[in-house]
Amino acid sequence: MRISIYRYDPDQDARPYMKDYDVPVEPTDRMLLDLLVKVKALDDSFAFRRSCREGVCGSDAMNINGKNGLACITRIAELREPVELRPLPGLPVVRDLIVDMTQFFHQYHSIKPYLVNNDPSPELERLQSPADRAELDGLYECILCACCSTSCPSFWWNPDKFVGPAGLLNAYRFLADSRDQAANARLDDLEDPYRLFRCHTIMNCVDACPKNLNPTRAIGKIKEMMVRRTV
Amino acid sequence: MALATRKFDAVVVGAGGAGLRAALQLSEAGLRVAVLSKVFPTRSHTVAAQGGIGAALGNMGEDSWLWHMYDTIKGSDWLGDQDSIEFLCREAPKVVIELEHFGMPFDRNDNGTVYQRPFGGHMQNMGAGPAVQRSCCAADRTGHAMVHTLYQRNVRANTQFFVEWLALDLVRDASGQVLGVTALEMETGEVSILQARATLFATGGSGRMFQSSTNAFINTGDGLGMAARAGIPLEDMEFYQFHPTGVHGAGILITEGVRGEGGMLLNKSGERFMERYAPNAKDLASRDVVSRAMATEIKEGRGCGPGADYLLLKLDHLGPEVIDKRLPGIREISIKFANVDPVKDAIPVVPTAHYQMGGIPTNYHGEVIVPQGGNPSAVVPGFYAAGECACASVHGANRLGTNSLTDLVVFGKAAGDAVIRFLKENPGEKDLPADAAERTLTRLARLEAQKNGESVHEVGAALRRTMQAHCGVFRFPDMLAEGLHMIREVAERVGRVEIRDKSKVFNTARVEALELENLIEAARATMVAADARKESRGAHDRADFHRRDDANWLKHSLWYRDGDRMDYKPVNLKPLTAEPIPPKARTY
Ligand SMILES: Cc1cc2nc3c(=O)[nH]c(=O)nc-3n(C[C@H](O)[C@H](O)[C@H](O)COP(=O)(O)OP(=O)(O)OC[C@H]3O[C@@H](n4cnc5c(N)ncnc54)[C@H](O)[C@@H]3O)c2cc1C
Ligand code: SF4
Ligand code: SF4
Ligand code: FES
Repeated sequence: MRISIYRYDPDQDARPYMKDYDVPVEPTDRMLLDLLVKVKALDDSFAFRRSCREGVCGSDAMNINGKNGLACITRIAELREPVELRPLPGLPVVRDLIVDMTQFFHQYHSIKPYLVNNDPSPELERLQSPADRAELDGLYECILCACCSTSCPSFWWNPDKFVGPAGLLNAYRFLADSRDQAANARLDDLEDPYRLFRCHTIMNCVDACPKNLNPTRAIGKIKEMMVRRTV
Repeated sequence: MALATRKFDAVVVGAGGAGLRAALQLSEAGLRVAVLSKVFPTRSHTVAAQGGIGAALGNMGEDSWLWHMYDTIKGSDWLGDQDSIEFLCREAPKVVIELEHFGMPFDRNDNGTVYQRPFGGHMQNMGAGPAVQRSCCAADRTGHAMVHTLYQRNVRANTQFFVEWLALDLVRDASGQVLGVTALEMETGEVSILQARATLFATGGSGRMFQSSTNAFINTGDGLGMAARAGIPLEDMEFYQFHPTGVHGAGILITEGVRGEGGMLLNKSGERFMERYAPNAKDLASRDVVSRAMATEIKEGRGCGPGADYLLLKLDHLGPEVIDKRLPGIREISIKFANVDPVKDAIPVVPTAHYQMGGIPTNYHGEVIVPQGGNPSAVVPGFYAAGECACASVHGANRLGTNSLTDLVVFGKAAGDAVIRFLKENPGEKDLPADAAERTLTRLARLEAQKNGESVHEVGAALRRTMQAHCGVFRFPDMLAEGLHMIREVAERVGRVEIRDKSKVFNTARVEALELENLIEAARATMVAADARKESRGAHDRADFHRRDDANWLKHSLWYRDGDRMDYKPVNLKPLTAEPIPPKARTY
């Protein structure tokens, strides 16, 4: 199978270029990541991130034939040839498929991604009904891969000011937690022309999420909460 | 060459469950701590843990830490240290409640308490049974929920992370005290010294030494390699756990929680064969027992499929509601990696390399201990270890499911506390020795200059093939002897590995070569210790010594890199406060 890969090493290359590799596909090769490991064996200068190889760690997000996804859970059989691989769009490239995620994580950190509860800790667990716990489903599973935010035009233009779909989904994860007491402060922080309201419901993020999460829905819920607290 | 040096109160290497829990303890105590991780913290392998964290909360019915302690000792085939095991089981409920307070999204019961599921080897009434529900879980994504929660809590505590920094070697002075690490910043290629009054390793396991493994690419035993090169022995490395249910062909794990929720293993005639091997606990016997039973079924021709080389894990009888609520990740994995929807069809599974019971020897405070001047457990000043890279030893010869996540938080926290005490009692800073970075610089210089060497890919493949064929579920004397010879040969090849990429920027070829230098130490330790132990105990099963031999082998093994030699030390059979559990026959 022919794979065409974006290559750029600032240490050696004046500018990025695409390089083609032909790798044999054996019956035991299932996912795109299996082939990238083979490319690496042919050419050890090819740089990309990977770890869990089962879609849970968020390392190997990349742009695959024009769409963001995780190499380790992208089936070879479903790929159009030649496969074109590029770094996630909109973030600075460090080298080859490795992007600088600083801004992405900065936005994640900016939403105070931790439970706030100032009551004295009880001796046992804080109780939560199964229904309240179910509110966190579809939110807590985020693997911070950045497939969504780097497919969002609003994030491309304002990565420093717009929280982006991943950050907003995580913000809602805490707003939706019956144990969290900082809802008002969280909403105050997001009630801003950029932080939340740059989202124009383009839905690219939903399409891109390899974990089938729905940031747009979470963003809608945050907006609802804002409306509800003004009436 | 003098390297740039940064100074901290403490350096933590590793940001999985153990490293993050330790870091939190240190940050919240107001210390200057640097946490190094070769991947962004939530990409650590803890994120892949599925089934749950064990603690006798008693939310589902009666339970007690004493029962948990009994099960863990029996699970360990009596090789675990009973003081550490008591500590683990007594602290477990506290640390799990703490995780809940940190915001971890556990599943819930109708009364709002944390939901717990059954797991292999966890029983009521001091092993008598029936099974107890002790595994606290967040669906089948418990590790994900845990590592994200701990990372989030560290964000709150303003912990300083050095992300995508690869620790290279331990720095020790002439007295043996540990003074920090050398490390490579991947993005820039710069090497520097992180000097610290206390150094804590939480670098995880070495599962990539086997060809077929449930482990992530990054699990290359770096902490073990660094410790071994610095003269620290590795404990009980022959005990490597094969998990009964890895997806056939892919190695991806299917949690034991599937059997906890009622799933069962079948052979080619549809027989629930575990009834023959473990009449009492059946599919929920200890992992070593189930894996051996499966390997026997396959060996004797009762495997499934065209190659008769796997077994089936059936769970469709649980119904789609239970599967979607309790095991959604398993459904996703099966569809993706086995082309099977478990709501309708059984999953093809085989025993797969999973967990390293051994590691850097520590006591239950997370202090690293080595034999010295007649004392089998002399503390190495300034050095701590926790999590899968450490051997406390709570898992002994076989770990029970859910006990690793417990281990991470119990000993991560305890090691953090031990560091805090040590720093209080030893306020002075020691000078770095003149040769602090020598070992590292020699390794790097060798790698840069190497010509006509083999690639990391080739040598790594040889290492994995050797371990898989010669040191698996069943161990045969001739295969071990040959494996020993082969792995020593592989070690020599590792010393001649060549990389073609010489760039400074994010050179993953260099990283992989350095990782291989660690993996080979873990592999050698495992093979040498396995060849030396002439008995069968827990996960170590020898065809020529088929029984456990307490008279000669109720002892921990220690492998020293220097001279490639073995030493032994006694097992602690005395708990802290409870009655000792003396060794007896182990049946499930
Ligand atoms: C698929 C799977 C499922 C599992 N499910 C369960 C379960 O349900 N219950 C249970 O109890 N156990 C389970 N286990 C076992 C358990 O998850 C692991 O033993 C545990 O997560 C290890 O945690 P750790 O903190 O020790 O290391 P890890 O989480 O592996 O983290 C290691 C850390 O060290 C860092 N590191 C390593 N080397 C270096 C270096 N040289 N320089 C800098 N940083 C470095 C890494 O970046 C990482 O941050 C499972 C294991 C697997 C493989
Ligand atoms: S819906 Fe909002 S967040 Fe998602 S891609 Fe569109 S603009 Fe971005
Ligand atoms: S929401 Fe989905 S795409 Fe976005 S970071 Fe999380 S897991 Fe990745
Ligand atoms: S390698 Fe972890 S998500 Fe793909």
